[in-house]
Amino acid sequence: MKRFIGFVQKEFYHIFRDRRSLFILFGMPVAQIMLFGFAITNEINNVDIAILDRSQDASTKEIISKISSSEYFSILQHIKEEAEIEEVFKKGRVKAVLYFEKEFSKKLIKQHTAKVQIVTDATDPNVANTISNYINSILSHYQEEQNRAITQDYQIIPQSRMVYNAELKSVYMFVPGVMTVILMLVSAMMTSISITREKELGTMEILLVSPLNPVQVIIGKVFPYIFLSIINAAAIVILSIFVFHVPVKGSLFLLGLESVLFIVTSLALGILISTISATQQTAMMISLMGLMLPVILLSGFIFPISSMPVPLQVISNIVPAKWFIIIVKGIMLKGVGIHIVWKETLVLLGMTLLFIGLSVRKYKIRLE
Amino acid sequence: MKEETVIKVEGLTKVFGDFTAVNKISFHVRKGEIFGFLGANGAGKTTAMKMLIGISSPSSGSANVAGFDVYTQTEDIKKSIGYMSQKFALYDDLTVKENIRFFGGIYGLSKNRISQKSNLLIEELGLEKVAHSLVGSLPLGWKQKIAFSVSLLHDPKIVFLDEPTGGVDPITRRQFWEMIYKAANNGTTIFVTTHYMDEAEYCDRVSIMVDGNIEALDTPKNLKTHFGSDSMNDVFLKLARS
Repeated sequence: MKRFIGFVQKEFYHIFRDRRSLFILFGMPVAQIMLFGFAITNEINNVDIAILDRSQDASTKEIISKISSSEYFSILQHIKEEAEIEEVFKKGRVKAVLYFEKEFSKKLIKQHTAKVQIVTDATDPNVANTISNYINSILSHYQEEQNRAITQDYQIIPQSRMVYNAELKSVYMFVPGVMTVILMLVSAMMTSISITREKELGTMEILLVSPLNPVQVIIGKVFPYIFLSIINAAAIVILSIFVFHVPVKGSLFLLGLESVLFIVTSLALGILISTISATQQTAMMISLMGLMLPVILLSGFIFPISSMPVPLQVISNIVPAKWFIIIVKGIMLKGVGIHIVWKETLVLLGMTLLFIGLSVRKYKIRLE
Repeated sequence: MKEETVIKVEGLTKVFGDFTAVNKISFHVRKGEIFGFLGANGAGKTTAMKMLIGISSPSSGSANVAGFDVYTQTEDIKKSIGYMSQKFALYDDLTVKENIRFFGGIYGLSKNRISQKSNLLIEELGLEKVAHSLVGSLPLGWKQKIAFSVSLLHDPKIVFLDEPTGGVDPITRRQFWEMIYKAANNGTTIFVTTHYMDEAEYCDRVSIMVDGNIEALDTPKNLKTHFGSDSMNDVFLKLARS
């Protein structure tokens, strides 16, 4: 036990004396969560639009005032000619143009149909889509108000309700993802680098010749990272609760346990990576390319797995992060308990055991 | 007077696939002896040494190190030996004292023993001024001396030195060999591999490995007489070419 404490103390010296690891350990998590929470968002706010109003009558004025009074849009300019549309788009600030046809009110009253065209700048397709949806919903609202007096014979009134994230805040989606990325990064990359560093320096050889057995060496090396990762996970949860007001509807304790499980999964992966790489650079490359990309692209963090082509959907199953994100979303946003996420938990547990088993085998082969 | 044997090797063999890295080597090393283990790169020196220090299991043959069997008692062997690699492996981001404390700790030395040893070591090497400096900031020659002293911390019966003088200047090398002599005089057995043939002259006995076999084993003096050479370098070249 005394040997173990000495070993762990040495590991902490390594971590705290290396600015780079300190930054990765503590700077990155905070920076990432702030970035994803504040800057990267799917919502639109105060988008500049232009109006081309050929009618200038009561109806168009009412619609325009409804749009400009919403927080999503601000009307930057009014244009007169169709030819100007492209010009304003080219300048870049205006993201959408609303084009009312001539005699809008008159047509609406007499013919019961009037046309308004929504032209959006689709260089950013997501934003264009969102803008067009928002304007559509404002227009249909207006239409409903006008029709209140009239009763139709048949009417379907869709009522959509967004459960678990009623305001559709993107931060709800990013927090579980960022937590996964950070835990994976810290645990897998940092441990694989710190183990390969000892190999590179030749100290690993000294340790193996010492009375410490290999298992003690590995546990001694990963222990500090378990500890630091738990602190990181806690910091992320605290930030998301107090800064971004993301709820934790389920049990904090369960969330903690699942996080520890995922940390151990990542550590096991880190150990496995260190057994197949001889240098720190290799370990870093494998961690970045082999872990970070799948975590970001295939875990359902940003891109929904259900819309991927089937082969990718199949591959996504072997990405541990996918299962962890399902668990975290379940616990944080839906408030589910272990009776719902036990399958995902088992998958993670199985993967962890597999990685540990593989590393032990690899490690033995190396010693031969 | 019967001399105590601390390393006994009989027909030790290591096979990787269909490549025999070490082929039935046999030798004995006496207590307090400086035993030179020579050979070109790839001759099998390191493989043989790895079997003796208990991190690689032999394919066949027997070996006994410090009274323990290399097949079944590797844990006991590890406690009784010291090891220094050609990289003078210390932790660069730890101070001299922290390194000593760490390595003393993993050999299970008590706190008092460590601080006593560490003061002694720092005094002997004249490191008082740098005791609290990071090892990374020290010159290579110092690191080498510290690494050697650290390998002796737990008073091992045998110290294995794997090319311990690579990359240091001749004066430092000379000083280093003085440290080796001192340790040998205190009864520690030294098992050393080297590339430098002038260093082979400092050893009590040397063995020369060629392609997995021990081709010669005697005192440097006898070897030179036997091969009619005036230097170990010459002996080595003759053996390697034959």
